Amino acid sequence: MPSDQPFIQLAGVTKSFQGIRALENVAFACRKGSIHAILGENGAGKSTLIKIMSGVLAADSGEMRVEGRPVRFSTPAEAAKTGIVCIFQELSLVPDLSVADNIMLADPPKRFGMIDRRRQRRRAEELLARIRCEDIDPDALVRQLSLSRRQMVEIAKALGQEPRLLILDEATSALTSRDVQTVYDLLAELKEQDVACLFISHRMHEVEALCDTLSVFRNGRHIETFAKGEKSDREIVHLMIGRDVETQFPPRPEPRRREPLLEVKNLRWENRLKGIDLSVGRGEIVGLGGLDGQGQKELLLALFGVLRQVEGTVKVGGMEGVPASPAAARSARTRIALVPEDRKTEGLMLQLPIADNLLASAFARVSSGPFIDRAKAETAISAAIEKLRIRLGSPRDIVATLSGGNQQKVVIAKWLMVEPDLILLNDPTRGIDVGTKQEIYRLMRDLAEEGKAVLFYSSDYAELIGCCDRVSVMYDGRIVAELEGEGITEEAIVAASLNIAPEAAA
Amino acid sequence: MRLAKRLHSAALRNRAFLGALLLFAVFYLVYHMLHPRGFSSAVLIQNTNESVAIVFVAMAQTLPVLTGGLDLSVGAVMTLTNCIASELLTGTPAEMLFGALLTLACGAAFGCVNGLIVVYGRIQPIITTLATGAVAIGLALLIRPRPGGEVDDDLSWAMTNTVFDFAETYGLAEGGEAAWLQPFAAIPVPLLIVLAVVLFIWLPFRNTQMGRTVYAVGSAEGAAYMSGLPVERAKIAAFTLAGLFAACAGLYLAIQTSSGNADVTQAGAYTLNSIAAVVLGGTSLYGGVGGAIGSLVGALILRVISFYFRILAIDPLLQPLIEGVVLLGAVSLGALRTLRVKNRLELFR
Repeated sequence: MPSDQPFIQLAGVTKSFQGIRALENVAFACRKGSIHAILGENGAGKSTLIKIMSGVLAADSGEMRVEGRPVRFSTPAEAAKTGIVCIFQELSLVPDLSVADNIMLADPPKRFGMIDRRRQRRRAEELLARIRCEDIDPDALVRQLSLSRRQMVEIAKALGQEPRLLILDEATSALTSRDVQTVYDLLAELKEQDVACLFISHRMHEVEALCDTLSVFRNGRHIETFAKGEKSDREIVHLMIGRDVETQFPPRPEPRRREPLLEVKNLRWENRLKGIDLSVGRGEIVGLGGLDGQGQKELLLALFGVLRQVEGTVKVGGMEGVPASPAAARSARTRIALVPEDRKTEGLMLQLPIADNLLASAFARVSSGPFIDRAKAETAISAAIEKLRIRLGSPRDIVATLSGGNQQKVVIAKWLMVEPDLILLNDPTRGIDVGTKQEIYRLMRDLAEEGKAVLFYSSDYAELIGCCDRVSVMYDGRIVAELEGEGITEEAIVAASLNIAPEAAA
Repeated sequence: MRLAKRLHSAALRNRAFLGALLLFAVFYLVYHMLHPRGFSSAVLIQNTNESVAIVFVAMAQTLPVLTGGLDLSVGAVMTLTNCIASELLTGTPAEMLFGALLTLACGAAFGCVNGLIVVYGRIQPIITTLATGAVAIGLALLIRPRPGGEVDDDLSWAMTNTVFDFAETYGLAEGGEAAWLQPFAAIPVPLLIVLAVVLFIWLPFRNTQMGRTVYAVGSAEGAAYMSGLPVERAKIAAFTLAGLFAACAGLYLAIQTSSGNADVTQAGAYTLNSIAAVVLGGTSLYGGVGGAIGSLVGALILRVISFYFRILAIDPLLQPLIEGVVLLGAVSLGALRTLRVKNRLELFR
């Protein structure tokens, strides 16, 4: 039972960025031994709130108390000393240092002023074992790990700082299902030890499974805090977006045979793709399912011409062969677009203006000879902004100033400018608010209806069920199940993801 | 089995460094094979003497590069400390020791100022050090408008020859005849100096939290900050240590040449060569990867290339051309691995 004394308490906290209120007069408290969810659309102020608590940002006004004592943090290190540790959405790992170095980065064990490597390694092994990641080599460089493994290292690092308030900002979004379960168990264990946890997630079922208390934020204000079970999902969504949401997914058209645009036969690459057979037709949305890291990303990269030495036959619009490079994929007769996994590094040039990001793939279309035609560019940019309803101040602003959902819209808009025939999407709704997710679902359906082919990888089963005409489930570099129409059920996807027959799963 | 695996992965991680070491070993062996007199300790002493300054300057350059910056003042700081040392290395042994320490302190202080300007002035390292480098040359010219100096001759002789000569000069270990000294008697003193700096300054630093932070800053500054690391102090420390290593070079140069010389061209050449040595030694110009020992080997490779010109009848006019081609070839070896990368996205990480 969570105790009643709050570990952290905020009163009247306000924060603005360049005149825009990110938080307004927020009062908030989190008790010891509680797993407390913070819900809200992107731009609701969740990130700002946790950044203030963890010392990344300072509030403009207001008061923060830890166990009743007023505090003021100017660096993350100060917050960590008080026991407030945050696992950030943008990973805080150093790629060129080893796993052990990273885990003990803030406070390594020392002997005679020098880092005691042996003890450091042992401590890192202990922490990794605690989150059941014995497979991670403490001597490996973080650079060599996959995104999901890095996320686990990040969690081990946070644990090593012995938190009294642990903040998880979308910390499960990149994890495999097995690791998600590990994190659930870990949080339960921490709860027993009276540690307070703040949990930010866009996955409602995670919140349902884990949290005891929920707080909803909207437009920088704390709207309401209530115990789990007090409100229905519908009421919660209503609080979050301030309006009712009708159907989450756009209606699916009647299934019919379609002329295939993409045909893949026996595609192989390294030991990650072991003979993929797949086809996607014009006007069709095909989902890629399965646990994280079963080769879905590699498949998309292979089709986009990023991987070398891909074997097997690929036919795109009747032409044989995979594109030689992303540049070729973009400008071939049958154009291919890829919305990549990591929008911050692969999708956007974060420090460039929104306008330049939007045009990046389509410079040729807005140029006269070697020069970019201003008028054409302006028209294209405003058309893209309108089409995707990107919320922004000015297209001249740096793209990094946008919220996550709007950044992802910029990535998609960029690719739509080249008018692709085949659109590859790599988990495009990861870490994005409900409203934007729905807009993306709608957009995918619209594109399909325009006769484009969509291949869509998602780690969220509900999306696959709601959006796709067909779903191919991958396991260990192969497609183990193809589901169609009414056959696309959560049970069927889960069973196929684990490579077991549906009867066995039930 | 497990040890073998760990050794293997360590070798893979230090691929660039091991490659440089191998390249140096091959170059140096071939050099001795081609040398008309073969291997002799006289040649070894001469070679080490000629390498010490560039080795120290290359080590100096390594630290700012590890943080993701570049220090264009290392050669100038060497020249400045060279001139300072040429004034101070005279008198009693105690005075000379004090002078040497003061020289090193001047270099470290100069580096520290570089760091302070970069961190608190928020100016890019490359432009900061371009400016402070010119200041250092200016100061050197003030101290020594014309080459010269009063460096103690005994000191100069003792530090630039073998351990035996050192002991003989100062009447230590029975004038160098003591039995216990004999196994080491033929080792050049400059080699020991470099070894001492590596063992007692670089390796300990690398294993401190500050040293770790230097790497973290170069690899991902944002992540380092978010992890609560002292990012600013680490940058200042990197530049300070760079100044100290550059001062080691200046001090040694003063001892070796018995004089100080505010040579502008030489300062520039040392700075550029230091960057080449750092890259040859496997340190990434993006920061976060590499180390001073690699740069040491890189500097030695550069030096060995120039040794060849002495024993082979090559037109001196061709020297820069050949040096450039060899450098380009050596650096290209490091790029070979990118041909094997099968996921081209990894090339940009």
